[in-house]
Amino acid sequence: MLGRTLREVSAALKQGQITPTELCQKCLSLIKKTKFLNAYITVSEEVALKQAEESEKRYKNGQPLGDLDGIPIAVKDNFSTSGIETTCASNMLKGYVPPYNATVVQKLLDQGALLMGKTNLDEFAMGSGSTDGVFGPVKNPWSYSKQYREKRKQNPHSKSGDSDWLITGGSSGGSAAAVSAFTCYAALGSDTGGSTRNPAAHCGLVGFKPSYGLVSRHGLIPLVNSMDVPGILTRCVDDAAMVLGVLAGHDPKDSTTVHDPINKPLVLSSLADVSKLCIGIPKEYLVPELSSEIQSLWSRAADLFESEGAKVIEVSLPHTSYSIVCYHVLCTSEVASNMARFDGLQYGHRCDIDVSTEAMYAATRREGFNDVVRGRILSGNFFLLKENYENYFVKAQKVRRLIANDFVNAFNSGVDVLLTPTTLSEAVPYLEFIKEDNRTRSAQDDIFTQPVNMAGLPAVSIPVALSNQGLPIGLQFIGRAFYDQQLLTVAKWFEKQVQFPVIQLQELMDDCSAILENEKLASVSLKQ
Amino acid sequence: MAAPVLRRGCRGRLWALACVDGGSCHGRGAPTGSPSNRIRGQSSVAQQPLHTAQKPRKGEHNWAAVVGLEIHAQISSNSKLFSGSQVRFSAPPNSLVSFFDASLPGTLPVLNRRCVEAAVMTGLALNCHINKKSLFDRKHYFYADLPAGYQITQQRLPIAVNGSLTYGVSAGKERGQVIPKTVRVKQIQLEQDSGKSLHDDLRSQTLIDLNRAGVGLLEVVLEPDLSCGEEAATAVRELQLILQTLGTSQANMAEGQLRVDANISVHHPGEPLGVRTEVKNLNSIRFLAKAIDYEIQRQINELENGGEILNETRSFHEKLGCTVSMRDKEAKQDYRFMPEPNLPPLLLYDATSLPIGADPRQVIDIDQIRETLPELPSVTRERLVQQYGMLPEHSFTLLNEVGLLEFFQNVIKETRAEPKKVTSWVLNIFLGYLKQENLAVSESPVTPSALAELLDLLDSRTISSSAAKQVFEELWKREGKTPGQIVSEKQLELMQDRGALEQFCYSVMKDHPQVVMDVKKGNPRAINKLIGLVRKATLNRADPAVIKEILEKQLSS
Repeated sequence: MLGRTLREVSAALKQGQITPTELCQKCLSLIKKTKFLNAYITVSEEVALKQAEESEKRYKNGQPLGDLDGIPIAVKDNFSTSGIETTCASNMLKGYVPPYNATVVQKLLDQGALLMGKTNLDEFAMGSGSTDGVFGPVKNPWSYSKQYREKRKQNPHSKSGDSDWLITGGSSGGSAAAVSAFTCYAALGSDTGGSTRNPAAHCGLVGFKPSYGLVSRHGLIPLVNSMDVPGILTRCVDDAAMVLGVLAGHDPKDSTTVHDPINKPLVLSSLADVSKLCIGIPKEYLVPELSSEIQSLWSRAADLFESEGAKVIEVSLPHTSYSIVCYHVLCTSEVASNMARFDGLQYGHRCDIDVSTEAMYAATRREGFNDVVRGRILSGNFFLLKENYENYFVKAQKVRRLIANDFVNAFNSGVDVLLTPTTLSEAVPYLEFIKEDNRTRSAQDDIFTQPVNMAGLPAVSIPVALSNQGLPIGLQFIGRAFYDQQLLTVAKWFEKQVQFPVIQLQELMDDCSAILENEKLASVSLKQ
Repeated sequence: MAAPVLRRGCRGRLWALACVDGGSCHGRGAPTGSPSNRIRGQSSVAQQPLHTAQKPRKGEHNWAAVVGLEIHAQISSNSKLFSGSQVRFSAPPNSLVSFFDASLPGTLPVLNRRCVEAAVMTGLALNCHINKKSLFDRKHYFYADLPAGYQITQQRLPIAVNGSLTYGVSAGKERGQVIPKTVRVKQIQLEQDSGKSLHDDLRSQTLIDLNRAGVGLLEVVLEPDLSCGEEAATAVRELQLILQTLGTSQANMAEGQLRVDANISVHHPGEPLGVRTEVKNLNSIRFLAKAIDYEIQRQINELENGGEILNETRSFHEKLGCTVSMRDKEAKQDYRFMPEPNLPPLLLYDATSLPIGADPRQVIDIDQIRETLPELPSVTRERLVQQYGMLPEHSFTLLNEVGLLEFFQNVIKETRAEPKKVTSWVLNIFLGYLKQENLAVSESPVTPSALAELLDLLDSRTISSSAAKQVFEELWKREGKTPGQIVSEKQLELMQDRGALEQFCYSVMKDHPQVVMDVKKGNPRAINKLIGLVRKATLNRADPAVIKEILEKQLSS
């Protein structure tokens, strides 16, 4: 049952094959078993069981609230949850219990979803590995998969033991690990530069970043307000669409959400053929750092579309290479501003120093934030200084416009969706990842995902195949603004073609053999 | 010289205050609105002769002062600028604070339509160009009563620009003359108010009240077209009246709904402008005028003694009547302005640009707001002068006192007396009594109807004007009697019996032959003495005009 998709388990609940409480308990037990993954910061066991109990009553009365009623979900720990600690993986917010729910959380709860807990992340979502939070790094469940372990055995150089575990990617690594390890059916991430799509790619999941303005940010503790979007992590595209249908829509509490852009509920049609589609391949995304495996998968994916009758053309997004540096200026500037509220006065951490207000501010912020956050605050304040504002912030905004226009031009040339890699390589071992500092890693890891946030477009990472090492590889589809449904429809077609294998975690959870029900062998159409 | 010594003294005191929270004394001009500062009346300051720096004094160069104002007016609205919290003065501390006001992480601003309408209305009343697109910015600084670490304001593109404010300054020499002057309005911007810091000196604590945090403000920036305290005070008073007439702000300075910062510099005309100082914490119109004039004089003295003016923030010390440096690091503070990413541009429409089929709840139509503008004070005054033939100065006084115009108009409605008579009674006697007892018009013991009846009695010559004053004094005692009752109880009716009056005149002339001689010798004032004596003899119940007529007749016979 745990290995099923959200849609399948929803049907099972409706048919009475399993009760919400049973489902909830199974997930809770798995959360305990996989505690070492460090996917959750807070497990809201009591809340989830109580919600399950209520859901069960509704099913008994034949009045479930919707497709999500009784379905265990997890939420990244940078979404406010009423009565449940929300830390952003930072000392600054340890012990902070918000008095309100983020709109997206409220919408899920209104549908009867069970909140299993709050998932781990890089501190304030600043990172691409889920390694830089105060609660420690998240381990990628694929580190313990049969697929990966077997490949490791074949390699004489690999060390045995647990020391070679892999990162999840980030910053929504906890959410990705939680869904990937079957502890819940869907999870909310956030996506500012790729933070949902990147860990989705590394953990073999669907990671969806909706159009900016489609889903409310109210209650999402911001990284970069002008780029943040709540993201959705699921096991398949239909599940992502189902969750999007619940979350999307104008929120009076978020003035940047648009009025009624999509039809609801969101049901994706199955594309019979793709012959009317035009797929764009941005030539600037072919960079030397791209692993040859991913490059070859990318081109096979393009071939697949072409062989099925789609038009596949090369397009140019000429300002792509400026995206990272531009993002650096805009991101750090907004970070400097957004982090100003954490002064120790109203909520969160406060130091013991009370000689003066300024000394209290300084010590509180030094103790509360890690080096990455403090570094970004410092850079951001530099860029916003009167003497620098024109040269940095205003210029970066102009470059942002050029990057956004690149996409507009590509779509205006007749392209329906763009196809790109999601990441440069598959997940790397933690010990290798931490050789570089956060800034360098973020700059490298975000290059395919982050221009999308600059332009506010919808994008989704789809797991395609396993690498030679037995690790998941994802490809990204990018759509026009507010063409989220079209984007997901194309992604669904693609997903069906590639038949990505299910993660095999039976060694981890031998008594949860139910997950093997749907086991598929690594027989991927794209990979021989 | 006394001034520098005094200043040092002030500075020492402020140090003591500033150290309370252990931090810097950050001057954002946030008056605490203590009732002890309350000054009745926003009454006309124009009556006080004020020193103006423009007049050269003996042995001095010709100095000119340049004064610009930044005025913060709290918008009169039910809820705050970006949150649903209620706006109410003197509510229990921290009882009107939403999650957004307390800057809880993840909360977002949602613009209050009423505040936008108030800004447009004020902009139109001040002859501004209304920007159909305006933007919001964040202004960053750390302060305990600014929970987000930044204030949302409109730095780059404010909602209204390029307006003007016309105000009147009394000419002084000729009675009733008011000279119109104009100050340019640079811009009006919407912004958030901060919370309040209450410093507890004894326990070295600062307590924060966030009730005010996030209340909508209109910042009205006046160009430096003013040259002295009196001009600044009258301009602010006029703005206050306009805001109150529009209903966009209650603009009560004592409650902190109107706060003024002044930028002041002095220079020799024809030479470049001098270094300016900013004076904050001006929470009454009287102090505003005093502070500006003090600061102008201080700068002149400083420069004439070879000193220099620092570009600094100063505050006005009410008790000492001087401005003192605020020891602030803020002068060189970089606010690191940044566009507010959570608010889309604010778009306004007019009749020509209104999108077809637009939801009226979602759009704001400038032309529609223009149509709802009430009569502005300047128009009202002109109407009063035209309609009732009063002096311009009187029209100012009528508008300057809250409720006085309405009182006046109610009396006019009910009495047969001449408007000039009504004006004179309302402004001299009625207002005089109010001022003496420090009462507001609404607290007056005399109703418009009572005064109207009294003026009718006077108009019909039933009583003399001195008797009328006596009646008024009785009315003021709140004994519930009508003017008619008072007149008959006190027997104040004028003597209608001409024969009896002739008898009184005859007796007085007989008893004062010397005065009669004086009259006959041609002393013109002597007859008044006789009239006074007759009135006294009749217990003030005789009409002096009739007495004079009888006396003249008797003297010439």
